[in-house]
Amino acid sequence: MDTLRILVVDDEPGMRRGVARALQDFRVRLPDLNGEVLFAVDQAESGEEALERIAASCPDILLLDHKLPGMSGLDVLDRIAEQQRDVLTVMITAYASLETAVSATKRGAYDFLAKPFTPEELKTTIRKAAGHLIVQRQARQLAREKRQLRFEFISVLAHELKAPLGAIEGYLNLLKNRSAGDDPAVYDRMIERALIRAEGMRKMIMDLLDLTRIESGKKKRELTELSVREVAQNSIETFRPDAMKRNITINLRADDPVMMTADRGEIEIILNNLISNAVKYNRDGGSVDVALTRNDETVTITVTDTGIGMTREEAARLFGDFVRIKNAKTRNILGSGLGLSIVRKLANMYGGDASVTSEPDKGSTFTVTLRAHSQAQADSHASPRDP
Amino acid sequence: MAKKILAVDDDPDYLAQLRIELEAAGYQVLAAESSAAAEEILRQQKPDLAICDLMMEHTDGGFTLCHHIKKLDPKIPVLLVTAVASETGMDFDAATSEERSWVKADAVLAKPVRFEQLRREIGRLLKD
Repeated sequence: MDTLRILVVDDEPGMRRGVARALQDFRVRLPDLNGEVLFAVDQAESGEEALERIAASCPDILLLDHKLPGMSGLDVLDRIAEQQRDVLTVMITAYASLETAVSATKRGAYDFLAKPFTPEELKTTIRKAAGHLIVQRQARQLAREKRQLRFEFISVLAHELKAPLGAIEGYLNLLKNRSAGDDPAVYDRMIERALIRAEGMRKMIMDLLDLTRIESGKKKRELTELSVREVAQNSIETFRPDAMKRNITINLRADDPVMMTADRGEIEIILNNLISNAVKYNRDGGSVDVALTRNDETVTITVTDTGIGMTREEAARLFGDFVRIKNAKTRNILGSGLGLSIVRKLANMYGGDASVTSEPDKGSTFTVTLRAHSQAQADSHASPRDP
Repeated sequence: MAKKILAVDDDPDYLAQLRIELEAAGYQVLAAESSAAAEEILRQQKPDLAICDLMMEHTDGGFTLCHHIKKLDPKIPVLLVTAVASETGMDFDAATSEERSWVKADAVLAKPVRFEQLRREIGRLLKD
């Protein structure tokens, strides 16, 4: 339960006591908050005293009389603005003229209360102020968390980009100093590995650009009526050469064209990521089954492989940014760790989701659901992350 | 007899390079690609020194491994290699005894490690 501290500043003792009494047992229940908000009322009889109290310990809400013996309420308001105090001010004014109210809100007051007011009027104003204050603080908290997430994202990104660069530099230094003896085959392998790492880095940068465009909502999207089957056929042809090298067959099952309203590029990204993973993490001689169905308003894409699979624990973290399952079986497979995170974010944009079921050494089945006619708003993605 | 160095890093390229450089410097290398592989080696052999990467399967896997090595034998010098410290703001070192009380390593090196620097650190820790 939260307690908000109110400082009431008025030269009339009766007014101060009245406010304190009215708010003594007052509780506010807010829709976004678990539990209730209570109020603790403190008093000051002049603007000077109010500023002293604020300096000592800043209240949450200031109930400030406009007409005070020394400095006026508006002067107090100015000083609070100068000192950038985190306090919400409600002006109390005897002559409820529009002029005073405008002048006060211009100088940073949140609301005003006209004298004389009933306890009910006071409570209504305080309820509104408390709601505003709490929503504002939650928004600030969220912004902080977003910054934190962004910071973590960038530090992991720096790490993931430095790793291949370090590996390439290491090989170049070995080549430069001929540190590995006289066998040229050893150096050929180093060149090969350096090129593979450079390729991995390029892929990561491309994925990162995709992700940034999706999350910023700045990617230009062209929603058209398209056939998911057609996009899948193209995607399969893209990865067929890689699959054939390892004797992996790719099958497509779709009874109809599976139409939906979507941006072609985004559906391509989803299918390319799923099919390329199903080939990469497969065993030689294995198979990939792509199945497309549409029930009412939902398009379902499932991609099943006969590959290395993963444990339940690994599957649970698979859709996060930069998550790569590291073990002996995946050590020579390149990946940015961003592909599935992108797939899930896109699926969310289409009002759907992405999931996986898997068994180690048997294979995995990835399922992506998409709404056939969603608004597909770029700003409705579920992740609070915005790199 | 050549001194044995346990090298642990989940980047297979970096590990291969480490092996070449260390062997060229006259050390015998026990290479491990994961904390688990390193623990397996430690059950059978005792290295004269260990070089561990900080970020492996788990972001701080290197810390745990360093701790285990020191528990096994506090006299084995441990070098912790990391690429994360400066970016995450979690800068740490093993220069003072206070730091060494929780960072169970004798020295911390930033990645990418220059191999001359690495050889110097190894020489200092092995006192040879």
